[in-house]
Amino acid sequence: MSVKRPTDLSLSRRQLLVGTAALSASALVAPHAMGETLPTATVNTTGLAVTDTEVTVGILHSVTGTMSISETGSVQAEKLAIEQINAAGGVLGRKIKFIQEDGASDWPTFAEKAKKLLVQDKCASVMGCWTSASRKAVLPVFEQYNGMLYYPTFYEGLEESKNVIYTGQEATQQIIAGLDWVQKEKKANTFYLLGSDYIWPRTSNKIARKHIENKLKLKVVGEEYFPLGHTQFNSVINKIKLRKPDVIYAIIVGGSNVAFYKQLKAAGINLTKQTLMTISVTEDEIDGIGGENIIGAYACMKYFQSLDNPNNKKFVAAFHKLWGDKTVIGDVTQAAYLGPWLWKLTVEKAGSFDIDKIAAASPGVEFKGAPEGYVRIHKNHHLWSKTRVGRARTDGQYDVIYETAELMEPDPFPKGYQ
Amino acid sequence: MVMGYSLGELSSIFAMQAFAGLILFSVFLLMALGLAIIFGQMGVINMAHGEFMILGAYMTYLTSHGFQTYLPGAYAIYFFVAMAIAFIASGAIGLAVEWLLIRHLYVRPLDTLLATWGLSLIMQQAFRSIFGAREVGVQLPDWMMGALSVTDVIEVQINGLFVMALTLIITGIVALLLFRSTWGLQVRAVVTNRTMSGAVGIDTRRIDRLTFGLGCGIAGIAGSAFTMIGSTGPTAGQLYIVDTFLVVVFGGAQSLLGTVASALTISQSQSTLEFFLSGSMAKVLTLLIVIGLLMLRPQGLFALKVRR
Amino acid sequence: MSAAATNNRNLELIGFALIALLIMVVLPLALDIFRLNLIGKYLTYAFVAVGLVLCWGYTGILSLGQGVFFGLGGYCMAMFLKLEASSAANTKIQSTPGIPDFMDWNQLTELPFFWVPFNSLPFALIAVIVVPAVVAFILGAAMFKRRVGGVYFAIITQALAAVMTILIIGRQGYTGGINGITDLRTLLGWDIRTDGAKYILYFVCCILLLGSMLLARFVLSSKLGRILVAIRDKEDRVRFSGYSVGDFKIFIFCLASAIAAVGGAMFTLQVGFMSPSFVGIVPSIEMVIFAAVGGRHSLVGAVIGTLLVNWAKTAFSESFPELWLFAMGGLFIAVALAFPRGLAGIFTDQVLPYIEKLWSRNRRGQDGVVVPNPAPAE
Repeated sequence: MSVKRPTDLSLSRRQLLVGTAALSASALVAPHAMGETLPTATVNTTGLAVTDTEVTVGILHSVTGTMSISETGSVQAEKLAIEQINAAGGVLGRKIKFIQEDGASDWPTFAEKAKKLLVQDKCASVMGCWTSASRKAVLPVFEQYNGMLYYPTFYEGLEESKNVIYTGQEATQQIIAGLDWVQKEKKANTFYLLGSDYIWPRTSNKIARKHIENKLKLKVVGEEYFPLGHTQFNSVINKIKLRKPDVIYAIIVGGSNVAFYKQLKAAGINLTKQTLMTISVTEDEIDGIGGENIIGAYACMKYFQSLDNPNNKKFVAAFHKLWGDKTVIGDVTQAAYLGPWLWKLTVEKAGSFDIDKIAAASPGVEFKGAPEGYVRIHKNHHLWSKTRVGRARTDGQYDVIYETAELMEPDPFPKGYQ
Repeated sequence: MVMGYSLGELSSIFAMQAFAGLILFSVFLLMALGLAIIFGQMGVINMAHGEFMILGAYMTYLTSHGFQTYLPGAYAIYFFVAMAIAFIASGAIGLAVEWLLIRHLYVRPLDTLLATWGLSLIMQQAFRSIFGAREVGVQLPDWMMGALSVTDVIEVQINGLFVMALTLIITGIVALLLFRSTWGLQVRAVVTNRTMSGAVGIDTRRIDRLTFGLGCGIAGIAGSAFTMIGSTGPTAGQLYIVDTFLVVVFGGAQSLLGTVASALTISQSQSTLEFFLSGSMAKVLTLLIVIGLLMLRPQGLFALKVRR
Repeated sequence: MSAAATNNRNLELIGFALIALLIMVVLPLALDIFRLNLIGKYLTYAFVAVGLVLCWGYTGILSLGQGVFFGLGGYCMAMFLKLEASSAANTKIQSTPGIPDFMDWNQLTELPFFWVPFNSLPFALIAVIVVPAVVAFILGAAMFKRRVGGVYFAIITQALAAVMTILIIGRQGYTGGINGITDLRTLLGWDIRTDGAKYILYFVCCILLLGSMLLARFVLSSKLGRILVAIRDKEDRVRFSGYSVGDFKIFIFCLASAIAAVGGAMFTLQVGFMSPSFVGIVPSIEMVIFAAVGGRHSLVGAVIGTLLVNWAKTAFSESFPELWLFAMGGLFIAVALAFPRGLAGIFTDQVLPYIEKLWSRNRRGQDGVVVPNPAPAE
């Protein structure tokens, strides 16, 4: 954050907001000048909710229902980004105002609210969705009414839309680098694939299997899926013990995670000795699992809270100031934080709020202030980003032990992996 | 060689799978015991059963925090204290719920389903408001973690053994209460013929209340034990509903023995199937088998012969 | 027929006319298309509630798995629409063009056999009714012939809902998995996403709902309807009188399921997708609750109840998400405890006598009390 503040750490949220407001008021001098050089009529030709001083965006996540646990972090990150952008002068001299809607963990509700945000509120962009199902439900709405969605979750790929910017990683980005690393570092030969039974784990394991068998020429000795919410893993743990895979590759989500790691530990499988790699356990999940149950496991994703760079330090400090010291920041939360920033940068590059112009200007937009380091939008509307491997510590954080040298290219329709 | 395993490995597989099945059996039985008492005795469907379990789990969570803060030295035994607290908390709320809600609905058993579903929504939201939406974890004392090696392949989980022992003890206590105490005698009398029991001077209202409270209390203990193997979140209780009801219904409503037998059947078939199939399909097949068997024997495995 | 019964029937007719007026005239005039589409979605749940009045309110069969039938109807419709949306031209980026996108992602290279007939609209429309009815028949025949009822039946249907959800999610190559069948666009070339189409679909939905209510009314007022009530109140006596109780139960359960399925099909058309989240245990119980709040013995009440609960859900969950679950839970408890006959019961017991008292000041000696339906004895 570029804003200087008193270093008093006990600053309350209210004080913080007042501070931000005061600072942004002082920064308004420049915006006015900009608002005059860029009249609304020229930057907004399609009737979006843009005035000379304000622009409206939507936030669409589940605040209630089963998904609210996961989506809360994204909402927090998006609000933080909007606050920071406003404090730094807004977008094309206009302050961002947001309208938040609750998807209530219910997919038709997501579609309903997306339509409301686009048709009724004329939002210039929408940050939102978390599960694939909710994204699939709103996608036709965004395409029909020509909106722009910034979607934060790592996901299975197989999708590309003019109307969506995917700020999380698609499956190949997340998976391939991790498998290459584990082969090299752990001399792994055999893999056991596990997952919750729905599209993301299944597609991800499909890509993992193809990579393991065809590219690395190694062996997959088992592959299994469990219903969401499953809590009994003893049978599969027995199978794992028998097959003795070098690597357990686990894509288990939600509450099942807690049961899985606790039972692994109880069964005497020590993750500091048995290599386990996951792409589904962020710092958020460890909160529930308990650090002592997952210590030593490897996670492969693009962001960890412990990442050591100046951008991330500022981001974590600002996040904790706004939402409390105890909140942990996972991969998706960071990706959600990118959404508003990327949109701002794209709008400024395009010199317009029009959706068509933003969609066209998006490829090539860089965000150097990203907590994960540096990201750039690919022409397929996904992000170029680095992939990292972290190792779980007892305190619920990861030690980052590897990162790819280059940015990974997003490839939602990977050849040879379908 | 069968399925790529040697004979020695196969025998270890069977030993370990049998043990996994036994753990599952204990879990099912523990979940179903409280419900079986309530459903068997009063015909009340308690849809909030899962929430009473989660209440027990949260009590365990609080107790573990209390011990960590004030009595770190005694942490090794906190689990026993936690179970007692879970029993008392769930049992007390159970008594209150019976008095406020359930007793008005004995004549309309299907309506208890609506009312207890409403209760479960309220409890879920209460958990969320009090403990937050995130799942919480309970740290176990060291002696409960890890496994004992029997051979180099066969290992026995200590917390699995703990759950099994707990289930054994609680089932034993319930059986003793039912068949050796005055309360048990009265319960069995009321189940057989409520009107006559009332006529010979049994306070059926009091029996109902105690039974409901006891059932909820056992649910609390089950929830407390579950913190060892599962997750504790505001909505986790709903995960257990279907399994629990099936165990009870399949066993035959008024029979403790039936509940035990049905938990054994369902858990063994599920863990066997899980070994040969993927987890999802094993679950589907188990449910279908149980539904199928129930069609053949609608009154459950062990039905009490009662004239209605 | 007694005066009270005639009175009761007139009341139902007035209620029916009022509902028709409300959903066909008042709401379309008062609301914009966005809100109206929402109402249309709620009305599809009302189909399920009407079915529940038949099998639960009048016959005493409580099914906790009506979501399965709603879902089957919806999926049948969605399969047809999805095939139409996946023409070879629309799906040319896939490795196998011409099959739905989710199949391509799951390495299917040709359409599974049970999808093939869904290329035909008449087949799909028939399947919407027949598939759920057959499932209901199999379940009903197995259960009711063996005299499984009450709580047992409720729990078995609940388990069925669980099985169905796990199957749909687990077999994603054939069903679309947890995402469901999405991105449905046209019906025989007619774009169902435009505002005009939404209006038309809304009215089709209303007409079908009113039709279902009339059909249900017809069944209930026939001799069959009285046997059903008799079964609910004293099943054994009906059996001893020589009726085949099982057959009646199977019939009404199939009818209720088919009506629910029509609702599911209309849901798919109006919302534009179908997913397993409408099949499982929670939505199934919620549908029972719509009927209970409105009044399980009143077709009109069930529809009103569905509309009110859903409207409240949308309105409250926006402003007070926390309060909402408490309110909803409280509502169910209140309905179960104090108003077992729901809003319709409150109306006939409390409001009506009052109106009639005012009314009878002008007329003399009229028997103004409506005989309430007796509470069901299980």
